[in-house]
Amino acid sequence: MKYQPVIGLEVHVQLKTDTKIFCGCSTQFGAEPNSQTCPVCLGLPGALPVLNRKVVEFAIKAGLSTNCSITPRSIFARKNYFYPDLPKGYQISQFEDPICQRGWLEIKLEGEEPKRIGITRIHMEEDAGKLVHGDVTGLDDGSGVDLNRACTPLLEVVSEPDLRSSDEAVVYLKKLHQIVTWLGICDGNMEEGSFRCDANVSVMPVGSDTLGTRAEVKNVNSFKFVKQAIEYEIQRQIDLIEDGGKVVQETRLFDPNSGTTRSMRSKEEAHDYRYFPDPDLVPLDIDNDWINRIRQGLPELPEQRRQRFVAELGLPDYDAEVLTASRAVAEYFEAGVEAHGNAKLVANWVMGEITRALNDRGTSIETCPVTPIQLAELLKLIDSGTISGKIAKTVFDEMWQSGKAPQTIVQEQGLVQVSDSGAIEAIIDEIMAANAGQVEEYRGGKEKVFGFFVGQIMKASKGKANPTVVNELLLNKLKG
Amino acid sequence: MNVFEMTIHELHAALKEKQISSVEATSAMLERIGSVEPHVGSFITVTSEQALSAARSADQRIASGECHLLTGIPLAIKDIILTEGILTTCGSRILDNFIPPYSATSWEKLRDRGAVLLGKLNQDEFAMGSSTESSAYGTTRNPWDTTRIPGGSSGGSAAAVAASEAVATLGTDTGGSIRQPASHCGCVGLKPTYGRVSRYGVIAYASSLDQVGPLTRDVADCAVMLEAVAGHDPKDSTSVDTPVPNYSAHLSDGVKGLKIGLPKEYFIDGLDPDVQGAMAAAIETYRRLGAEFVDISLPHTDYAVATYYLIAAAEASSNLARYDGVRFGHRAEADGLLEMYTKSRSEGFGVEVKRRIMIGTYALSSGYYDAYYVKAQKVRTLIMRDFIEAFSAVDVMLTPVAPTPAFKIGEKINDPLQMYLSDIFTIPVNLAGTCAISIPAGFSAAGLPIGLQLIGKPFCEESILKAGYAFEQATEWHKRKAMI
Repeated sequence: MKYQPVIGLEVHVQLKTDTKIFCGCSTQFGAEPNSQTCPVCLGLPGALPVLNRKVVEFAIKAGLSTNCSITPRSIFARKNYFYPDLPKGYQISQFEDPICQRGWLEIKLEGEEPKRIGITRIHMEEDAGKLVHGDVTGLDDGSGVDLNRACTPLLEVVSEPDLRSSDEAVVYLKKLHQIVTWLGICDGNMEEGSFRCDANVSVMPVGSDTLGTRAEVKNVNSFKFVKQAIEYEIQRQIDLIEDGGKVVQETRLFDPNSGTTRSMRSKEEAHDYRYFPDPDLVPLDIDNDWINRIRQGLPELPEQRRQRFVAELGLPDYDAEVLTASRAVAEYFEAGVEAHGNAKLVANWVMGEITRALNDRGTSIETCPVTPIQLAELLKLIDSGTISGKIAKTVFDEMWQSGKAPQTIVQEQGLVQVSDSGAIEAIIDEIMAANAGQVEEYRGGKEKVFGFFVGQIMKASKGKANPTVVNELLLNKLKG
Repeated sequence: MNVFEMTIHELHAALKEKQISSVEATSAMLERIGSVEPHVGSFITVTSEQALSAARSADQRIASGECHLLTGIPLAIKDIILTEGILTTCGSRILDNFIPPYSATSWEKLRDRGAVLLGKLNQDEFAMGSSTESSAYGTTRNPWDTTRIPGGSSGGSAAAVAASEAVATLGTDTGGSIRQPASHCGCVGLKPTYGRVSRYGVIAYASSLDQVGPLTRDVADCAVMLEAVAGHDPKDSTSVDTPVPNYSAHLSDGVKGLKIGLPKEYFIDGLDPDVQGAMAAAIETYRRLGAEFVDISLPHTDYAVATYYLIAAAEASSNLARYDGVRFGHRAEADGLLEMYTKSRSEGFGVEVKRRIMIGTYALSSGYYDAYYVKAQKVRTLIMRDFIEAFSAVDVMLTPVAPTPAFKIGEKINDPLQMYLSDIFTIPVNLAGTCAISIPAGFSAAGLPIGLQLIGKPFCEESILKAGYAFEQATEWHKRKAMI
């Protein structure tokens, strides 16, 4: 029998606010354990939460960018359970009336039609702390609680079960990741847990309209692991059914080392979270003025920008896609186009030399030492025939190293292209005289030798000879 | 007159005129506490050294000409209110080692005005009770009859005022916990409108109902204390940002033409005859002073106690989850996490607290939530509407505070339902979120104080203070002292 997987994702997006969601403590990652805490995030008796307005603003941004409606009056609720990393014994979250509801994202897989993935809801909540075990605690075999992360703001983005393959899940997740980082509300760092994912996976026979029993797979925290975990889980469920077994509703944990999932707790062991409205926080009223102000302040989103790059700048789809992978790349590219004018040329350089140089150094475009304006100046030197495209690459490397302007480098190193036919003819004559045998070969019909001559001439001119002039003159001379 | 029997106003005058220093007044109070405490037991912690040091600072402030009404006044506060560096137990064993690293806003406001803290007062554990018998630190005794309860949960706060162990105190009121003990101990106690006083640093019992308020010897002192602690606090999202009136300024405006409502559901057959008599006399007094009476109805009163015990217990079950032995408070020796949780909480919490955690957990459980918690919230809305409706015709309401005077220690401790019913007249005010005051209005045949409750419109504390003051001026009840 053939099976159809059905997948929904729950994504936790850590918001890039300076302070926590319900207190003034810093959200910085990696500080000394428990150094970023106060009575509120420690859950001390008598402490009360006060909502960080920035978190609401970020949530509205996320909602507007994923086609959600913003709930005019949303409610915070307590999710009650005991765990040592949860200081109050409950997590302040949203249950009924989350801030964003009923949105969607469009995904497109290579060679397929675009597809809308529903977003059920986006809600705000606080993160828990962290348990640390063993030696690191200085407690030998003990465990420690670090509450620096407690009360850090999160958005939980819950999708509809609209995804039908691990590839769709990855594309959806990447799209969401692109949007939240583009908006500047999340740093997107998956290793540090700023963007985490749980997957709900079930399978049903192809053609069936009854959903299978789902398992929730937790801890899938990279794009690679999402694909791996979902594929493992799909196969596990199919094998189980094929062997006459039944999928049970449960929570499973993904183990990145083995690439497998294992049962964490069954439905019977599931918590009853006893959600109820948090009496310490008043209902959150959001008026249209606020929403409109935020809407007006939203940046052009990746999808819109991609379309504009194709329509207005005439870029191929592929280029537009690559150049909108992050907001910083898109901004860099557009600044370059503005300074230079030829979008395709700038695109080639951003996608080629610049990307290569960034990758070589393991850095990102935000720290690129060559500014878009400097890049445009460099490209103008090619346009004017001052240097060749090949020399431009050398100049580019030098710009990166020294931070000098391209004109300065060309002047200082004498890299100006030689287009003077007299000078080039002299070189050609010299090379032809030194390689009389090859001249004979060419004239005997072996035209491939032409390339050899060009190479020799360029070498002799230290790359400065104008290739177009070289080609023209050489051809004339060889043809004799 | 004994220093320890003075009101805030009297002591303030004496301090200002340099007839006495704060150190002398504080020493006199501490001495009084020393002699009375064995019989009453109002305090969990007496902070003698800190008190004397604060009194010395207050004396310096007074010497430099800075003398707020509360500067140098020795006060005590309920042990539910956090005091930085001073043991705060909330009447529970689970916090028997808890030294808070920060102070409640309400206490900070008193401290900033130069008030002197004598210590922390006994209470029912986590404010759950009407007699202080559920405290892990012993039962406080009623100064008027030490075989009787002082009321609760702020029993220590009321007894300390009645036994002249503090000039004034702070308590908290979730279902009557200020008014009922004030009534039983013959002092003035005010429960402010929900949102009037910051809850920051006050250990939560039922967050949507809890309010901090003063217990004092007279209404004028009550106005001063309320002025000091009231006001918006950015650290408490439920505190309301409206200006705090000068409550003292209009105390003597009188009650001529004041419309006082008498809710018929509060004058029931089972009412103790002495309480009934005191109410009748009070009505007569107000009539003489020119007030008008209107018969009104609060039709959902019967459901108030049940509604309260669902909402309060539900919130408590969640509020008390943080006492898990992980970060502070009592931690039991155990092998493993679950056992540590279970043992710490089993050992740390008393019977009544456990009862309410269980009721609340049940009411919030999946499958029962709609039938209990949601239903209770709906009834709460109806009770609120009762008050809004009734207040369209009257300025304040007059009712008894409690159906009987103080009962005997041990009398109701094994009968929770009877105990719960002792708050039948105070609970609806908390559910409605409005304000009410208890003022001395007579004595039973056995010589036990009887309180009168005046209920005001939300954020109209001045109306009940004014009405209370007029009554006090016309009567002598508040001047009687417990013979202890």
